[in-house]
Amino acid sequence: MRVSLNPAVLKKTKFHEYAIRFLAGGIVTALTGIIAKKFGPGIGGLFLAFPAILPASITLIEKHERQKKERAGLHGAVRGRKAAGIDATGAAIGSLGLFAFALVVWRLVPIYKSWMVLGGATVIWMAVAYLLWRIRKAL
Amino acid sequence: MLKQILFRALVGGSVVSAFSMLGDLFEPKSFAGLFGSAPSIALATLGLTLFAEGKGYASTEACSMTLGAAAFLVYASAVSGLMMRRKWPAKLAGSVSLLLWFAVAFGLWFAVLR
Repeated sequence: MRVSLNPAVLKKTKFHEYAIRFLAGGIVTALTGIIAKKFGPGIGGLFLAFPAILPASITLIEKHERQKKERAGLHGAVRGRKAAGIDATGAAIGSLGLFAFALVVWRLVPIYKSWMVLGGATVIWMAVAYLLWRIRKAL
Repeated sequence: MLKQILFRALVGGSVVSAFSMLGDLFEPKSFAGLFGSAPSIALATLGLTLFAEGKGYASTEACSMTLGAAAFLVYASAVSGLMMRRKWPAKLAGSVSLLLWFAVAFGLWFAVLR
């Protein structure tokens, strides 16, 4: 299966839907800082992998897919739920990339330059997630 | 303190939005879903933490983050299962399963790192 870009999707997303994701990300990041200050980096660190985007994303996908089917005069509830479920499966695969990201930062940030480690860890997140996604598709 | 919190919120909101927009752009949906577990909060937080608190503090946070990521795997798998097999709507599956994230993340933290 080929990966492709579909910029038209961005036009479907309404301003308030972007605002919800911005707020969710902002609130969780601010809370992570407060929690780390109050309870220490051990507890605060857990929240670096808090699922901040996913609940809003799957809700949006379900809604958009349902509306697409309904515009065509069909009942879109099943299609919407399936599309959002598939997105969540992708996120589950990606979480192993998130684990690799954390592992790289944990082990390498004390040794190398910070920007190099954060950049490298982001590349590793994408590489691990993509590789596992390809493997799952091939099975 | 308030300025710092607002700055964190601004940076976090921007990074999370950027990754979620990237995810929206891609097809198929299973690939786009990879961006649902992007290290967006981690990048925003660790970037600021490294600047303000130093490398040791950031490393400790990243160590705990490995457990948070394991909890994320359980969370996303549960959401997917509840929607595909149990036919739960996205809002319900996504919010109820957050309890599972908390249970696994803190359970692992108590078992491994405390």
